[in-house]
Amino acid sequence: MSHSSMWDSISGIIRRDLLLAMRRWSDAAMSVFFLVIVVSLFPLGVGPEPAVLRTIAPGVLWVAALLTCLLSLSRVFTPDYLDGVLEQMVLVPQPLSLLVLGKVLAHWVISGLPVVLLSPLLGLQFGLEGEALGVLVLSLLLGTPTLSMIGAIGAALVLGVRGSGLLVALLVLPLYVPVLIFGAGAVTSSMAGIGGEANLSLLGACLVLSLFLAPWATAAALRIALE
Amino acid sequence: MLQAVGLSCRRGERRLFSDLNVKVERGKLLAVVGENGSGKTSLLRIFSSLLPPEDGSVRWEGQDIHQLKELYSGHLMYLGHLNGIKDDLTAVENLMSSMALAGEPCSERGAKEALEAIGLKRLVHRLPSKVLSQGQKRRVALARLWLSTRPLWLLDEPFTSLDTASTAVVTQRLHAHLQREGLVVVVTHQEIALPAERLQQLRLAG
Repeated sequence: MSHSSMWDSISGIIRRDLLLAMRRWSDAAMSVFFLVIVVSLFPLGVGPEPAVLRTIAPGVLWVAALLTCLLSLSRVFTPDYLDGVLEQMVLVPQPLSLLVLGKVLAHWVISGLPVVLLSPLLGLQFGLEGEALGVLVLSLLLGTPTLSMIGAIGAALVLGVRGSGLLVALLVLPLYVPVLIFGAGAVTSSMAGIGGEANLSLLGACLVLSLFLAPWATAAALRIALE
Repeated sequence: MLQAVGLSCRRGERRLFSDLNVKVERGKLLAVVGENGSGKTSLLRIFSSLLPPEDGSVRWEGQDIHQLKELYSGHLMYLGHLNGIKDDLTAVENLMSSMALAGEPCSERGAKEALEAIGLKRLVHRLPSKVLSQGQKRRVALARLWLSTRPLWLLDEPFTSLDTASTAVVTQRLHAHLQREGLVVVVTHQEIALPAERLQQLRLAG
């Protein structure tokens, strides 16, 4: 098969997913509201002490980003599985892992990118400023695609299973731990004045690793789900 | 030529069929018939490579489809009992995106012509698919038959919820495909109004 038809398939899948997200924009909007509300609960619970808020900010923002990604995982493959599009996807004369990469990219644009764009505002709310704010955005920019990648494996594994919402959380959250540690660590160390470069590099490494391994693992899981 | 050699299939504890041999030449339609639960859909999914057989192999032009992998998918159009269309997209968008996904992109005009060929009027093209009836949704899925250039068509109950007029139109389309040396495998409960020399029947015992 030629490169052009490979590109047709992948861009076709990305375009369709983005179009569907625009038609159902309320789903994406709900994720964003969820993020804002979760993040706003902490100052209410912990109290308005600026020093405390600044200390917990990296962890809170990162955990909230993680949960937002988790909530949207059920929308990656389940609708396609139920309406038969997934069968068509598996039978496309292109490597399934490349199509999966397209789907995950679309998922990131819909659910990860808004988190990245909103994060400076949420960071300000916690009294982050200057370099720390920049590192927060950068860490989320590197980290959220990894979350989508890892999440896709979980979403594919639980296809067609009863109570899959909770199961996918149990499967995926432990795998998110390194991303959480490096992501929140980058912001914390930048606030401490030692720079976040080391943690950001590790986040980048996680992203590269997941780009290589996750589409392949997800494709294998999807094939099993369809048998 | 599509050939099944010594196929057997088991779903859970039940053996659906074993040592099944069948050969379909170009220009022929294989109608797979049998009771509910006799393994018709499983056989079609084995033919499509979605389901690996427990034993035996499927050969396309003499080569095992599990060795051909994506090359085989390039010869194949599969329509399962699910329509594979999105409720939030219009008929035209659905058709265009499933053709693009299959690697055979079509123009908006081509999509509209295909939809008209299967009897969906222009008025319906712009509606989101969730307001269409079951039969209309099935027709949106079947409109791919007018656009696909693949030689092998695998169709699972294509005539479900179609009215008599649409059934005749689809049958004509199958006939045209057979005349161009195409090859069709259909799972169905209905009689297919095609010349006898084009038809081949496989009855699964169940």
